[in-house]
Amino acid sequence: MEHIFDFSQVTTWFHELLTQTLGLGDFLAILIECVLVGSAILGAYSVIAMILIFMERKVCAYFQCRIGPVRVGPWGLMQVLADVLKMLIKEIFFVDKADKLLYIVAPFLVIIGSVGAFSFLPWNRGAHILDFNVGVFLLTAISSIGVVGIFLAGWGSNNKYSVVSAMRAAVQMISYEMSLCLCLITAVILTGTMQVSGIVESQAGPWGWLIVQGHVPALIAFVIFLIAGNAEANRGPFDMAEAESELTAGHHTEYSGMGFGFFYLAEFLNLFIIAGIAATVFLGGWAPIQIGVEAFDEVMQYIPGIVWFMGKAFLLVWLLMWIKWTFPRLRIDQILKLEWKYLMPLALINLVLMTVIVAFGLYIK
Amino acid sequence: MEVRKPTIKSLPYDEFKDNESLEKIVDELHEGGVNVVTGNLDSLINWGRSNSLWSLTFATSCCGIEFMACGCSRYDFSRFGFEVTRNSPRQADLIMCAGTITHKMAPALKRLYDEMAEPKYVVAVGGCAISGGPFKQSYHVVKGIEEIVPVDVFIPGCPPRPEAILYGMMQLQRKVKIEKFFGGANHKQTKEEAALGVSNEELTYGRGGKKPIVVTEVPAEFTETLKKEQEEAK
Amino acid sequence: MKLNHLVFDFDKFAQEMQNLKDKKHFDFLVTIVGEDFGEGEGLGCVYILENTENHERCSVKMLAKVVDGESVIPTVTNIWKGADLLERECFDFLGIKFLGHPDMRRLFLRNDFKGYPLRKDFKATDEYTLDDDVEPDFGLEYSLDRDGHLQQKENKLFSSDDYVINIGPQHPSTHGVLRLQTVLNGETVKRIYPHLGYIHRGIEKMWESMTYPQTLALTDRLNYLCAMQQRHALVGVIEEAMEVELTDRIHYIRTIMDELQRLDSHLLFTSCCAQDLGALTAFLYGMRDREHVLNVMEETTGGRLIQNYYRIGGLQDDIDPNFVKNVKELCKYLRPMIKEYMDVFGDNIIAHNRLENVGPMSLADCINYGVTGPAGRASGWKNDVRKNHPYDMYDKVNFEQVTFDSCDSMGRYLVHINEMYQSLNIIEQLIDNIPEGDFYVKQKPIIKVPEGQWYFSVEGAAGEFGVYLDSKGDKSPYRMKMRPMGLSLVGALDPMLRGQKIADLVTTGAAIDIVIPDIDR
Repeated sequence: MEHIFDFSQVTTWFHELLTQTLGLGDFLAILIECVLVGSAILGAYSVIAMILIFMERKVCAYFQCRIGPVRVGPWGLMQVLADVLKMLIKEIFFVDKADKLLYIVAPFLVIIGSVGAFSFLPWNRGAHILDFNVGVFLLTAISSIGVVGIFLAGWGSNNKYSVVSAMRAAVQMISYEMSLCLCLITAVILTGTMQVSGIVESQAGPWGWLIVQGHVPALIAFVIFLIAGNAEANRGPFDMAEAESELTAGHHTEYSGMGFGFFYLAEFLNLFIIAGIAATVFLGGWAPIQIGVEAFDEVMQYIPGIVWFMGKAFLLVWLLMWIKWTFPRLRIDQILKLEWKYLMPLALINLVLMTVIVAFGLYIK
Repeated sequence: MEVRKPTIKSLPYDEFKDNESLEKIVDELHEGGVNVVTGNLDSLINWGRSNSLWSLTFATSCCGIEFMACGCSRYDFSRFGFEVTRNSPRQADLIMCAGTITHKMAPALKRLYDEMAEPKYVVAVGGCAISGGPFKQSYHVVKGIEEIVPVDVFIPGCPPRPEAILYGMMQLQRKVKIEKFFGGANHKQTKEEAALGVSNEELTYGRGGKKPIVVTEVPAEFTETLKKEQEEAK
Repeated sequence: MKLNHLVFDFDKFAQEMQNLKDKKHFDFLVTIVGEDFGEGEGLGCVYILENTENHERCSVKMLAKVVDGESVIPTVTNIWKGADLLERECFDFLGIKFLGHPDMRRLFLRNDFKGYPLRKDFKATDEYTLDDDVEPDFGLEYSLDRDGHLQQKENKLFSSDDYVINIGPQHPSTHGVLRLQTVLNGETVKRIYPHLGYIHRGIEKMWESMTYPQTLALTDRLNYLCAMQQRHALVGVIEEAMEVELTDRIHYIRTIMDELQRLDSHLLFTSCCAQDLGALTAFLYGMRDREHVLNVMEETTGGRLIQNYYRIGGLQDDIDPNFVKNVKELCKYLRPMIKEYMDVFGDNIIAHNRLENVGPMSLADCINYGVTGPAGRASGWKNDVRKNHPYDMYDKVNFEQVTFDSCDSMGRYLVHINEMYQSLNIIEQLIDNIPEGDFYVKQKPIIKVPEGQWYFSVEGAAGEFGVYLDSKGDKSPYRMKMRPMGLSLVGALDPMLRGQKIADLVTTGAAIDIVIPDIDR
């Protein structure tokens, strides 16, 4: 793994620049770095959201034998830019009898949950933003803030449709977090650490990806993770909460302009975050494909880690979009039945299986 | 003052049938003392708005099926960016009123229009929405939705072919492109204006003497005589 | 069919109707026609009944008795449950109060509408208000007390702690403007009250002032997916009344066009069923293939949705020279595509979970509510008008009547799919043998229908569509009423959905294939 580009070279160089060359004090240097990193996160968030929205429109169009946006800019690339411009200038108004505080706070909570989880993703060796030693655990905790946001939006809108939809969404998201966490814990058992950078480092050797190391239980955990993640993000066959053909627009019926824009963005980014975590934990994150053959491995390591990470994440996003545009949606009681009767017991059994395998050393080293 | 000519990709300006109405709008704004020369920011925002018109799912009868067919694989209005049809009026930019409006449905239409966020547009699709259509003699049909909401584009036909619907949407795009944004479509209404309960468009263009955009060729002397009659009636 | 009315006394009416159902086994109430019979007779109703075993039909004419200035007739809702909405319609349009009906409210028009439109002395105004309608939360039940005076009782519709939401009228599903007032208990549906009339255009009243050829234009705009079949019913009743002899060519072409229209409607049905369940890709595949059917019809008639093809005495124009070739290619193209819908959507396990045991209605209930069409056939009721009362070439071609006995929405979906195969069979049997002849039998310039009453029905894609004609020998009809395909289905939605979930409401609404302009007329 020597040839892979280590981003910590850049970060240490920059820190040296600020403290040594410019002679700034510690506090000021860290302040400047924090501001830079914060704007980088928000910038990356928005840009990836726009790429994802465009990708969804094109992918969905090609599955449906149509062409999708092509007129706005070459091959329709400027379409999302036009959408964003329009959403920014829409009138924002407040519903008269709505609970003002809850109504205003709800979109922000959703965004906070989403950006918080986004910051945990490892982009490259050395390019981690939040890297606590309880990494994965804290990640699931922060992403739960989004549930509160949805629930507040439904209640605060003073609209019967919104309430029904918000209740469905809350129940669904809380249920599926169980399976999600169980799958992550299954992976943590194998890697031995909850720290995100540690998880990726343990997959960095030849045939190192967790899905190969852990063979059967890791594969089961991966599939369960994708299903549960889909449900967490309110996408695909599990989008009862905003089932358009039933409850008009669900919990964000009464939002317009940028308030609605936040929900729209957060939905796509949640999808990306799920795909990103799956790629990190099961598919090796930024670690390239290593098969033990010297020459091949060296070539693979010259491709930067961020390309590997984004590639894996977008592949999983495409897979999840494929699933969404093919299957009809499940009813809410069927969603809950799937989780409590099938997925969670399976995840528990899988956890035990993985423990046995690790205890007896039966994994592929 | 040069007249801004709105451009639509791959369709030259002169091939559209009704450039006179657009030029008249610009002239009226100019006569009213409005500064029509816009900055680049106005044009940029209008470009964004015109390419991302999200319509409300509102189809009452037969024209709704042609609208759906327009969105399907054969005609595909998602090429233009319109395929995101929102279900909530608060998130939609325009109502494509496809189908007959009856006396029982009229309050619902007015309420939906009022709930929409500015800037908003209305397109009347089909004969029934324009004038009552084949049901003009009925005791329960509104003779054209212009009695209830201000209409921007009329698309005649019973039902109009999907190509006609696409053409009507392009006409709406042209109209959005020449609108004055800062101060016009983006105007924050004062207390007196808000009490009137009308949209920004009605405030800017006024409802009384407004001439609708008709997507057809009208001989020049017809408009001349009509204009003269209206002036005499005043 | 020419109608010879049975007439009963007011006091014996309820008993005689009960006898008709129990003893003579007339268990299917086809329709109730409210009519203003004019100066001498006043208001009244015509009931058309069918015996589901030997398919015999009869009609009963009942004149309303005037009590305290109101016209009254005893109700038949306790005998045929389908009469519920039909009697409310008669009250709405004519002001006839039905004694013993639990919920005598207006159905189509606003509660503050003044007057009764179908009475001959109704004066229309163009006024309307943009204020919301005042809706009482009780229904009225009328009865006669011991002295023979009219008294009313209020039946409460909602209790005070009911959670009521309105589904519609602006609704993302494509079925049109239907408003279902749903009483919920969490996610479970307790009761549904349908509110119709948001697309009521007053076609039946308009017909009374038009000449017969002028009346034809409006039928295409009812159930716009069954344009040919609805025009067929209207043209059929007028031709039967005038005893017009049509050539064989006309019969063949009409049958083929009806079946093409059925394919169009069923393709849109499978697409919309998939869309309402969330599988948007299947929706677009179905619409893509529907465009092929529309191409074939458009070449001959010129219209994609509004066909304007049949007229009194034949067809508007002869078929296009390429018609036969195009239809054969269409049949070859469409067979594997229907299998594809089942692969993509119908056989999917999620679709099975969403459609099975959803919206159940037993066979006896279907007959009682008058649920015709594929929805009734999914419960095992053999109600196909093409088999029971054949017209055109239907008694000379081989095709099966598709029934299932699952009584739920999965059955309804499968009935539609299999009927598409049957339609293709019918078309393939007829397309090569179209006989030569005239496409139009010349009629007089002014068409006058002789005096009498007739009823003619066809099998529309969503149910039985019939037209009742009461003519006094003029060039305009005195009263023409349509039996809509969807009204009985909407009336049956409430019992189908009690105890089911909101998601099931959408599924059932999609699976019974209602198109609202057909119900509202």
